[in-house]
Amino acid sequence: MTAINRRQAFALGGGFVALTMMPMAAHAQVSNDAAQSIAKFTGGKEPTKGRIALDLPEIAENGNTVPLVLNVESPMTADSYVKEVMIVADGNPNSGVATLMFTPLSGKAEASIRIRLAATQNVIAIARMSDGSLFTERKTVKVTIGGCGG
Amino acid sequence: MAEKPRIKLPKEAAKGEIIQIKTLVSHVMESGQRKDAQGKPIPRKIINGFTCELNGKPVFACTLEPAISANPYIQFNARIEEAGTFKFAWTDDDGSVITAEEKIALKA
Amino acid sequence: MQYRYVGLVAAALAAVALGGVCASAQEAERKGIPAPRGHVFKTIISGYEFRTKETRALQDDDLENPGFLAVERAADVWKKAEGNEGKSCMSCHGEAEKSMNGVGAAMPKWDDKLNKPVNLEQRINICRTEKMKAEPWAFRSQPLTDMTAFVRYQSRGMPVSVKTDGPILQWFERGKQIYYTRYGQLDLACESCHERNNGKFMRADFLSQGQTNGFPTYRLRDQRLVPLHERFEGCMFDVRAEPFKPLSDEFLALELYVAWRGIGLPVETPAVRN
Repeated sequence: MTAINRRQAFALGGGFVALTMMPMAAHAQVSNDAAQSIAKFTGGKEPTKGRIALDLPEIAENGNTVPLVLNVESPMTADSYVKEVMIVADGNPNSGVATLMFTPLSGKAEASIRIRLAATQNVIAIARMSDGSLFTERKTVKVTIGGCGG
Repeated sequence: MAEKPRIKLPKEAAKGEIIQIKTLVSHVMESGQRKDAQGKPIPRKIINGFTCELNGKPVFACTLEPAISANPYIQFNARIEEAGTFKFAWTDDDGSVITAEEKIALKA
Repeated sequence: MQYRYVGLVAAALAAVALGGVCASAQEAERKGIPAPRGHVFKTIISGYEFRTKETRALQDDDLENPGFLAVERAADVWKKAEGNEGKSCMSCHGEAEKSMNGVGAAMPKWDDKLNKPVNLEQRINICRTEKMKAEPWAFRSQPLTDMTAFVRYQSRGMPVSVKTDGPILQWFERGKQIYYTRYGQLDLACESCHERNNGKFMRADFLSQGQTNGFPTYRLRDQRLVPLHERFEGCMFDVRAEPFKPLSDEFLALELYVAWRGIGLPVETPAVRN
């Protein structure tokens, strides 16, 4: 196989390097209203880590459409169920993503949506149970911008 | 222009069975963050809420923000205790509501 | 050293390093079909195989695939009478599921009357202006892209089967010439990326073989269906060239030639790509 020569490597890889570097730079400095949104949702109470499975790709193929699957462990009976789950992203212009509201009729506290992530950042889920207890989970998703698809 | 939403769920379920419901609706989900060719901000226009009920009882709902991708896809579950009609509603920022209905029967 | 140059060197090194590692890790999983004798590739591989499992999952389920929103819109338009003849597509062609089966897999196709090949978008607009006496749809407009996807979807799973002999041969040769010509400030040909370097990790993405079997395709980047000539424009823009016009003879010739490079691949319209 012919190796790509230096000039081509520059041409293919270099042209949009400014773009590819931007999200990382942004990630380091920008913080949006995620902390405030979480505080508002929890009323300042510290959520416990666990009971939530947050399935997101480690590296998003494209930040415009990132599949998210959420699953909270719960019997989902009238006595004990997941009431709502707030999902926030800490590196978007605004932290809000969605709030999912379940009932015992949901059967399972499981849902799937597709989200936009402007840069590499954390996606955070906070679940409020019917007894008022709070649980949390977070995932970092790497978002690269700059490919021919970018 | 409201188009017909795409919804997938089984036609029938056993009593107590948990079924999966997939929904997809056509919408631009304009975030309000973008600018047009003249540099003018494009106003936000998104589906900001979704509800699903079975025979009038809430099954699942969500509020959505501009961080939801265009053509929003929402997948969730429902525990079937009785036959009946699912009602789905997607609320637009402009106040319009896209609605749909699907029937479910109990397995004999 | 200026910031710009630090970036260039870093990117070039990263591109070469990642290209080696990631490509080999994924290559084993990429399935293709054996190419016919005399073809440029040994194995013809759909763009599907170069995408992540999450993106492939979006295509695998017809309900989850947002491209079907377009297919369903066009299914309604198919039955709607328009223009001075008061005809719909259905008036002449009946059920698309039968009459359009296989049509999209064999486009672009030679047209004796026009003495040139036509692609699906052009064929749809010829029907509109000549048979329906309706306004043609603009390229890139939602109705034209929807209908193109709908007709092509009727060939889903069927092998791409363009004819390249007879009078169309000179268009095939013209397309081939364009494919191997370097364009733009970056001085790259289609071949530079999609033949010589496919499978490599470049600019935070995997270079595919540049196959067209999924078009019009739902691009995650655009969050809508994108027709093939718009993608061609995008490639030319990316190499900083002045793109040919959509539906120009140049892009038509290229469409024919690139279709041949994917001969035998199943039509995947509406595919989901990055």
